[in-house]
Amino acid sequence: MAAAVPGATRAGAAAVLLLLGCCGPVLAGGLQDQAEQFFRSGHTNNWAVLVCTSRFWFNYRHVANTLSVYRSVKRLGIPDSHIVLMLADDMACNPRNPKPATVFSHKNMELNVYGDDVEVDYRSYEVTVENFLRVLTGRIPPSTPRSKRLLSDDRSNILIYMTGHGGNGFLKFQDSEEITNVELADAFEQMWQKRRYNELLFIIDTCQGASMYERFYSPNIMALASSQVGEDSLSHQPDLGIGVHLMDRYTFYVLEFLEEIHPASQTNMNDLFQVCPKSLCVSTPGHRTDLFQRDPQNVLITDFFGSVRKVEITTETVSLDQDVAGFESKFPEEELATEPLKYAEQLPVAQIIHQKPKQKDWHPPGGFILGLWALIIMVFFKTYGIKHMKHVF
Amino acid sequence: QVQLVVPIAVVFSPGSVPGDLLRPLPFRDVQEMEISVNLRTSVTSRYEMLYRSTTGQEEAALAAATAREADAALHPLQDTTLGSLTMYVVPETSSLLPQGINVYVGKHRSALLRAGGSLAALQARLREVTQVMSFTASSIAAALSDRVPNGQLSPDARRYLKSSLGYEITFSLLNPDPKSHTVDWDIEGAVNRYVKPVLDKLSLVANFSVDSQILYYAVLGVTPRYDKESSSFLLSAHSLPHVINPVEARLGSSAASLYPVLNFLLYVPERSHSPLYIQDKDGAPVSTNAFHSPRWGGIMVYNVEAPASPQASLPLHVDVDMARVMEVFLAQLRLLFGLSREEVPPEFLLESPGNEGLADWELDHLLWAHTVENIATVSTTLTSLAQLLDKIGNIVIKDDVASEVYRAVASVQSAVTELSLGHLHAAFQASKEAVTSSERAFFDPSLLHLLYFPDDQKFAIYIPLFLPMAVPILLSLAKIVRETRQHKKEPTKMD
Repeated sequence: MAAAVPGATRAGAAAVLLLLGCCGPVLAGGLQDQAEQFFRSGHTNNWAVLVCTSRFWFNYRHVANTLSVYRSVKRLGIPDSHIVLMLADDMACNPRNPKPATVFSHKNMELNVYGDDVEVDYRSYEVTVENFLRVLTGRIPPSTPRSKRLLSDDRSNILIYMTGHGGNGFLKFQDSEEITNVELADAFEQMWQKRRYNELLFIIDTCQGASMYERFYSPNIMALASSQVGEDSLSHQPDLGIGVHLMDRYTFYVLEFLEEIHPASQTNMNDLFQVCPKSLCVSTPGHRTDLFQRDPQNVLITDFFGSVRKVEITTETVSLDQDVAGFESKFPEEELATEPLKYAEQLPVAQIIHQKPKQKDWHPPGGFILGLWALIIMVFFKTYGIKHMKHVF
Repeated sequence: QVQLVVPIAVVFSPGSVPGDLLRPLPFRDVQEMEISVNLRTSVTSRYEMLYRSTTGQEEAALAAATAREADAALHPLQDTTLGSLTMYVVPETSSLLPQGINVYVGKHRSALLRAGGSLAALQARLREVTQVMSFTASSIAAALSDRVPNGQLSPDARRYLKSSLGYEITFSLLNPDPKSHTVDWDIEGAVNRYVKPVLDKLSLVANFSVDSQILYYAVLGVTPRYDKESSSFLLSAHSLPHVINPVEARLGSSAASLYPVLNFLLYVPERSHSPLYIQDKDGAPVSTNAFHSPRWGGIMVYNVEAPASPQASLPLHVDVDMARVMEVFLAQLRLLFGLSREEVPPEFLLESPGNEGLADWELDHLLWAHTVENIATVSTTLTSLAQLLDKIGNIVIKDDVASEVYRAVASVQSAVTELSLGHLHAAFQASKEAVTSSERAFFDPSLLHLLYFPDDQKFAIYIPLFLPMAVPILLSLAKIVRETRQHKKEPTKMD
């Protein structure tokens, strides 16, 4: 849980002044702090979209990856209402799970990442490319509940983590469809157009993961991938008790790195880039920062993984007259006549049942089909002679 | 281009007319100023001033003893349309304004100014007052913050609540120690007496809905430090950002509405951590014992006095003084909206708006900023929608999406026209409609275009289908062409 805050170190004092943003008296380090203020992110809230795209028991490690990142992100402060968790299959209650209601991420079952308070927003067959893009772009049907929406604004930092099976330029969803890197880049551009993010961190742990961020063109995006194009991301360790691989290497080492971060830590992104060298990961992790405006040196891990809020001391008060009697609102609430509630007619069933099938207007075949048939018929009769016509008609 | 027109009436009381006035009263004058936000966007502000002298009734009102009484007496004589301002100029030596104060800003849409000696000084003072009461370059730039190039705007300017069609306000009482304290708060009464008047006034800006809850065993995420000198517990300023997160998970941001939620939390510290004070960065305890976070809400710590005798039976009954609490919460609400009174020059005296929470001109201030923000948002949304449709040729636009787009365009045009005529209320309503329509059009679920066909995939799919079929057809075509040519040549040969 959130630990006691460290003492007033130099960095801590700078963070204090920045986080307060008060126009207080100019201290000795005042000017430097002002300069540092411009390097800090201007975000006021954090969101996380964590997606696991693979189904089936032997892809246990992808679900464990996603749940581990979920756990870290929650531990560092992002609440469930700001996390959209998409898991394509249910490993904890899978009939093949020898330890039901658990998903382990370490060998010997050391760490259960499926605790009591896991909130999965999109589960099982709801994890599709269409739903994922709807969540990102916001083009969601009005009946979707609030927990399934990404309600970010222009001051939100968003972390997007995706894992599963991928290839050069695509990521496989549920073994039946794919999302291409162009679609993903376009979705991010749609988000930028509507200012649905302040800064975005995209992490992907799949084979040839670097191909997924090649096509990004919107500003303020930083991307990390577990392997370069042409390389496979490998899994970390099988567990003989459960019988499958528990995690992927890249996410395993990222998790180890994140376990040392606490909400007040000042570790920056450059450390995250070093996380899994080739000796440990076998594949070469890559990253992309050219679209990001700040220097990764100045970007804190907690800018994306945690949720550190800007806070100001309230110094003003409103003076209220306490002897005010009842208040007559200028706009009295309308008393809606309450009818007894009935089951609502959602479809006009009577009309539908007795409907005659609609006459579909016949349209002559157009364009290509017409041309093709004309060509075939002309060739046939030219080749074999006109005399066959009388046999046809 | 957007032109913001503010109609101002400058009324001179007898003895206050500056000597170097060029034309006899009454006359009209126009002052224009350009606020440029970036290379392509700029907003022109146009102050249409009408200079005249006081009527008999106004003179009688200005003869009152204090500025506040004068303001109250003048209120029924003014033009009170949204966005308009009335400035009363009193002689330099008038005793209406206290010593050292040159400008008195009332709680409606008027102000009293001292004449200031020369016309130039008066003009400068007028400009200052009108900017405080309507909009300044920085408030417009903050409203258009996503168009300002990065680095020119300090991160603080983007912290106010964005213009939205509605807001949800949630009041929460956090009682981490129910064994020691039974806390009673009359939230319904407090909302009716103190919060409803403010929200009523703000109802022009957006729809507000209020709810409240009580949370037990909800602790702050930070352990406060015990300070021997004051024998109290202190929360230092740099631990405050970490307080909110553990609590937020339990707040249950409303599941029902999609409007931004403002949380106001009242925390009654545990018996073992009482009394608890918040320290600012200088180490002094904060008088309000409260802090707020931009775009989120505020937290106030309510200390319960220690029981008189140590043997008093627990749990102690606590009746929360709602007036004190609401004073702080309403102040935080104002700050979240960006209505701060701190950046006003010292020679100004601002009248307190009392239970209404905000003065009329502060409401105007909000409306100007929100109208400009709405217009900018609509134009960005519609432009990006048009670009999207250009790029992806085969998206199907439904009729209702098209009609929303047309409605949005018509509304935004009418908003700009109304702004240039000085009708703030109509402009704001039009801009709200424009935002609703454009958001509905942009976020329509049918506009999701999933099918991306790269060229090599198209070849890969169609060639194996059509190539075998096409081979005999093309060969036969070639044969036909040869035969026709031969046939054409033959007649000439046979002759």
